[in-house]
Amino acid sequence: MEYLSLFVKSIFVDNMIFAFFLGMCSYLAVSKNVKTASGLGVAVIFVLLVTLPINYLLNKYILQPGALVWLGDEYAGIDLSFLSFIVFIAVIAAIVQIVEMFVEKFAPALYSSLGIFLPLIAVNCAILGGSLFMQERGYANVGEATVFALGSGIGWFLAIVALAAIREKMAYSHVPAPLKGLGITFITVGLMGIAFMTFMGIQL
Amino acid sequence: MNTNGNTYTIIYSTVLVVLVAAILSIAAISLKPMQDNNVKVETISKILTAANLYDAEKAASEGNAYAISEYEKNIVSALIVNSDGEVVDSMKTKGEEIEFKVDLKSQYDLMKQMDMENPQKELLAKLRLPVYVFNVDGRKIRVVPCYGAGLWGPIWGYLAFDEDMNTVEGAVFDHKSETPGLGAEISQPKFYSQFHGKQIYDGSEMVSISVVKGGARDDDANGVDAISGGTITSRALEKTIRTWLSLYKPYFAKTAVSAAQSAGEPVQFMSVEQSETEEE
Amino acid sequence: MKDVNLKEVLLQPIFKGNPISVLVLGICSSLAVTVQLKGALVMALSVIIVTGLSSFVVSLIRNSIPNRIRIIVQLVVVALMVILVDQILKAYAYSISKTLSVYIGLIITNCIVMGRIEAYALGNKPIPSLLDGLANGAGYGLILVVLAFFREILGSGTLLGFRIIPQSFYDAGYMNNGLMILPPMALILLGCIIWIQRSIQKDLQEK
Repeated sequence: MEYLSLFVKSIFVDNMIFAFFLGMCSYLAVSKNVKTASGLGVAVIFVLLVTLPINYLLNKYILQPGALVWLGDEYAGIDLSFLSFIVFIAVIAAIVQIVEMFVEKFAPALYSSLGIFLPLIAVNCAILGGSLFMQERGYANVGEATVFALGSGIGWFLAIVALAAIREKMAYSHVPAPLKGLGITFITVGLMGIAFMTFMGIQL
Repeated sequence: MNTNGNTYTIIYSTVLVVLVAAILSIAAISLKPMQDNNVKVETISKILTAANLYDAEKAASEGNAYAISEYEKNIVSALIVNSDGEVVDSMKTKGEEIEFKVDLKSQYDLMKQMDMENPQKELLAKLRLPVYVFNVDGRKIRVVPCYGAGLWGPIWGYLAFDEDMNTVEGAVFDHKSETPGLGAEISQPKFYSQFHGKQIYDGSEMVSISVVKGGARDDDANGVDAISGGTITSRALEKTIRTWLSLYKPYFAKTAVSAAQSAGEPVQFMSVEQSETEEE
Repeated sequence: MKDVNLKEVLLQPIFKGNPISVLVLGICSSLAVTVQLKGALVMALSVIIVTGLSSFVVSLIRNSIPNRIRIIVQLVVVALMVILVDQILKAYAYSISKTLSVYIGLIITNCIVMGRIEAYALGNKPIPSLLDGLANGAGYGLILVVLAFFREILGSGTLLGFRIIPQSFYDAGYMNNGLMILPPMALILLGCIIWIQRSIQKDLQEK
C-alpha cells in the first residue's frame, strides 16, 4: 500500500513537469509530435529507473553523513555529502553512455528510434532532479526509491505525450502572432499544470 | 600534441579528477565548521523561539552569538528521556560544547515503523526523546520537538510547555519544501503564535492540539486555525504533534505530578499510576 | 572570430538573445524559485557566477580537452562550480540556501551553462567567454527577477518580505491572488513576457 501510494503520488501529485518544472528544456523542444515525444518519454523512464537506485545506494553507503560506518566505527564521522552533486551527475552521464552502447549493440531498431534522445538525457534536469529529491526526501529503502523513479518517469512521459498531442492540434489554431510557438506552449503547460493540481487533494 | 590518444585521455581524466577532488575537499573542510555552526544556531533559535526567549531583531543585529548566549543564559538542562518518561542522558549546554545528540529524523523513522495504537515494546525502547528545560521568570518551561512528513518534504517544530505540562507556552514550526504561501505558512509567527495558551489535555485525556479547517471556535482550548489552502500540511502537522506528544506522555505525567507536589497543589489531570497501567 | 566586440557579447544575451525567452534554455530548474524575490535574486546571482566561471575555466583548458570525454569534462567543471557555490551559501547565507534546497544542485543541468560552454567557450578566448557566461546568466536572472517581482507582489503583497500593499487596501476588500503562488502561474506569466517581448521585437515571431 505504501508503494502504491508513493507510485500514484509521484505520477500525479509530485509530477516532475507540472509541480517542479524539471526537464523543461527537452520537454519543450521535443514535444512537437506525439511519436518522438513518446520516444523521449520512454528513454526518461528507463534512465530514471536505472540511475535512481544506483544513486540511492551510493548515497546511503558512501555519501551521507555517517554512511561509511560499515567500514568500521572510526569512519562514522566522515561526511562526504558535499560530493553528492558530482557523483550523481557522473553516474548519470556514465549510465547514459553505457545504455547507449548496449542499446546500439543489442537492439539496433530501438536504438534508431531512441538513440538520438539518449545523449540529451544526461543533461535532463528531471534525471538529476530525481536523484536530488530522493536524497532530500530520504526514502526508507531501495524499493521506495525505485518506485519513486518509475512513478516520476511515467509522470514525465504522460506530461510530454499530452503536450505533444495538444501541440499537434494547436498547429491549426489561430494564435496571435507574437504568442505563436513558444508563448502559447508555456501558457498551455501552465494550464495543464493547474489541471494537474486537482490531484493534490488525493489521500491514499 | 595528440589530444585524442588513449594514454592522454586517461592521464587527463586522472589529473582532472584529482584536482577537482582536492579543490572540493579543501573547500568542504574549511567551510564545514561554519556550516555546522549555522545548523546548530538554527536549532537553538527555533528552541528559543518556542520558549519565547528569542528576539529576531536582536538576532539579526548581533548574529550567531546572540542565540548561543541567550541559550546559555536561560537553559537549566537539556535532557534525553525514554518512552517510559525516565531521564537516560543529558546534553551539554555551554558555548562551543552545545550539542544536540538526538537526530529527530531517525526517531521519526522509528515511529513510522510503530503501530501507534499499540506500539511495539522493542521499538519504544529505542526511542530517545530530547527535552530542553528553561528557567523563565522562575518557572520551568520545557521545550520538546516534533518531526514528521508534510506534503512535499519533512516538517518539524518545537512546543514549549508550562510547569503543569498542559498549557502551551509557545511553539514554532519549520518545513523543508512546503508550498510557499500555502503550507509554508506554518513557519510564520501568524500561525504558530496561535498555539500560545492552548491546552493539550481535555479533562484527563490527552487530546493534543487540533488544527481546525475553517477556523477553531474562540473558546476551543485545544484547537487552532488551519492554514487556508494548506489543508494537507495542516493535517500533517496535527498528526505529527499528536504522535510525538503521545510518546512524551509518561514523561509529561511524571513531571506534572512532581511539579504539583512541590507546589503543594492537587494534580490537575491524569496521575502517574493511570498512565503506567495503560502502558502495561 | 579574432575581433570580438565585447560590448555586443555582453548586451546581446540580455535582451535580443535572451536565453529563456528567445532560446528556450534553462527553464528547468528555476521557475520554482520565483515565488519570492529574495530566492530569485540569489538564484540569479548563483547562475551568473556559475555560467561565468565555468565558461572561463573551460575556455582556459579548451585546447587540452580530449574530444571523447568532452561532455564529462564540462560536466565536472560545472559541477565543481556549483558545489563551491552551494558550500559557500551554506556557510554564509544559510537561511537562503535552505529555501533554494535542491534547485542549487540543479544548476548543473541548467541547459544555459552547458549550452554556452558548447556554443561559445569551446571556441573563444577566456575573457570573452567569461563575459558571455556572465551576460547569459544575467539575461536568465533578469527573467527570474521579473517573474518573482510580479508573483510576490500579486501573490503575497510583499517584496523581499516587506509589505508593499498597504493594510487599507485589504480592509477595503483587496485580496492576494493565491493563484500567483502556485507553480503553473510561473509558466503562464512567462508566456505573457514572451508575448510582450515578441510584440515589440517582431523579428522573433515564429511562423
